[in-house]
Amino acid sequence: MKSKKIPFLISTLFASQTVMAISDADISELRQQVTALAQQVEDSQTSSPTTTSIGGYGELHYNNLTTSQTGKADSTKKEIDFHRFVLFFGHEFNDKIRFFSEFEVEHALVKDTADGTNGGEVEVEQAYVEFDLSNQHNAKAGMIIVPVGIINETHEPPTFYGVERNPVEKVILPTTWWNGGLMLNGRSRSGFSYDLMISEGLYANDGYSIRTGRQKTSQAKANDLAYTGRLKYTGVPGLELAATARYESDLSQGTLASKASATLLETHVIYSVDRFTLKGLYAQWDISGSAAKAANANQSSGYYIEPSYKLTGQWGIFGRYNHWQTVSGSANTETQTDVGVNYWPHPDVVFKADFQWHSQGNIKTNGFNLGVGYQF
Amino acid sequence: MTQMKKIPVCLLASILFLLPVKSIPSTDSGEVREFIQTYLAETAQRKFMWLTGDKKQVSSQILSHSYYKIRVPYWQAENANRSRTAKTAWVLEEIGKEKLITIGVVIEEQKIQAVRILKFRESRGWEVKLPSFTQQFKGSQLNDKNQLTQTVDGISGATLSVRAVTHIARLALYLQSTLPNP
Repeated sequence: MKSKKIPFLISTLFASQTVMAISDADISELRQQVTALAQQVEDSQTSSPTTTSIGGYGELHYNNLTTSQTGKADSTKKEIDFHRFVLFFGHEFNDKIRFFSEFEVEHALVKDTADGTNGGEVEVEQAYVEFDLSNQHNAKAGMIIVPVGIINETHEPPTFYGVERNPVEKVILPTTWWNGGLMLNGRSRSGFSYDLMISEGLYANDGYSIRTGRQKTSQAKANDLAYTGRLKYTGVPGLELAATARYESDLSQGTLASKASATLLETHVIYSVDRFTLKGLYAQWDISGSAAKAANANQSSGYYIEPSYKLTGQWGIFGRYNHWQTVSGSANTETQTDVGVNYWPHPDVVFKADFQWHSQGNIKTNGFNLGVGYQF
Repeated sequence: MTQMKKIPVCLLASILFLLPVKSIPSTDSGEVREFIQTYLAETAQRKFMWLTGDKKQVSSQILSHSYYKIRVPYWQAENANRSRTAKTAWVLEEIGKEKLITIGVVIEEQKIQAVRILKFRESRGWEVKLPSFTQQFKGSQLNDKNQLTQTVDGISGATLSVRAVTHIARLALYLQSTLPNP
């Protein structure tokens, strides 16, 4: 009996030693292989989000508005419009140099017509290269959003209330407003930041029309450049204070005998505490030149104030009062009051509904708007 | 006047030509090394936590998507025992709007001691780098629903960056809680 046990024990001992030896070597090598494999997998996974990126946003609107004017029959606008379809493309060349762009189709369709009129626009709203000069300073070169206002730079539908963008920033600033040029940005740890920009100016052949004067960097006249500066403070969470000044050398780009230089001043505040947010903005243009004076358009200005409240993480309500004019005289003063609700089924998807009451002299445009928007 | 107009243009153009073009490697970059040295010793050891099983599932719930890597690095002091009571520093990444933000989170006693933005690559939302914003996370813990116990006030125009930092703070606290008890 004993003679059988001894060889068995010896063989077991040898076997266990072999297993131990193989296990140690294998485990060590296996660890190295797993680590190398994990590194390779991570490198392949992270190469996409850190170098080239794609994003976008879009919004569909339904407008149901009735315009009434003393002595005239009412007119109604009932319209469904895929107002904006936007794609972002970005690329990171290295840790200090990156590219951003925004490609947009407005009103869903662009159609070539004999008379040149059609429903939409295809446009590049941003396309610039950004350089890190240091941890606190950047430079941008290309087509850049003008650093002014609240909605001009941040206009993805889930980030604001109201189906349509507010009319003051649309008409007075005029958002969305971008230029070809150069920009320097700086920021401090105390929360102050600045932007300085040299760029194409507006081109208004009548010498005063601001919104239609946007050249959109499309073979833009650059005889007379524009200079923009912004100072912003965001040192307290929930608070943003900002002021922008812009000088246009000549709105007519030298095509009128009387030079039409212009100055834009804009300031705004945003304050959020818990679920409550208050936004307020004021902007004004002072335009020189005989053409603007003759048309009573040498000063245009506007303001709005917008309180909002998040009922829950998904529901929010707002009210907004807008007041603006582009031509002097009480008959040209426009006001609009909006009240509405936003519903976010996901933080990046929003459904909107609002009522609006618009007034210009004895012309009233009232009704409601519905919308859906997204960003990714 | 024409001569005066050219001066700022030339100045900006000169600055652009003088820009540094050399790349800094993003992995184990100077920002990460400086962060670890600030909150742990220079000899702190880097370890990895693999996102498998429950860790993968809960991480996906916190971020609303899978994490970008199959393991995440964290640092402990050289003599630490890998337990959840030891002070740990995590370096994690999340996309704000389009690009990855690299975020450092220091945790001690199951509470956030510090949050720091190590690399910000987005075009907007840089305000999350401000100490006045990141200090809001200090002392925050994770409740039963994997939410932060303290409210974080947002930043106008930086909603997506704020969300990314908040998600990473929650993720770091969760991963820390999965380390073994001593």
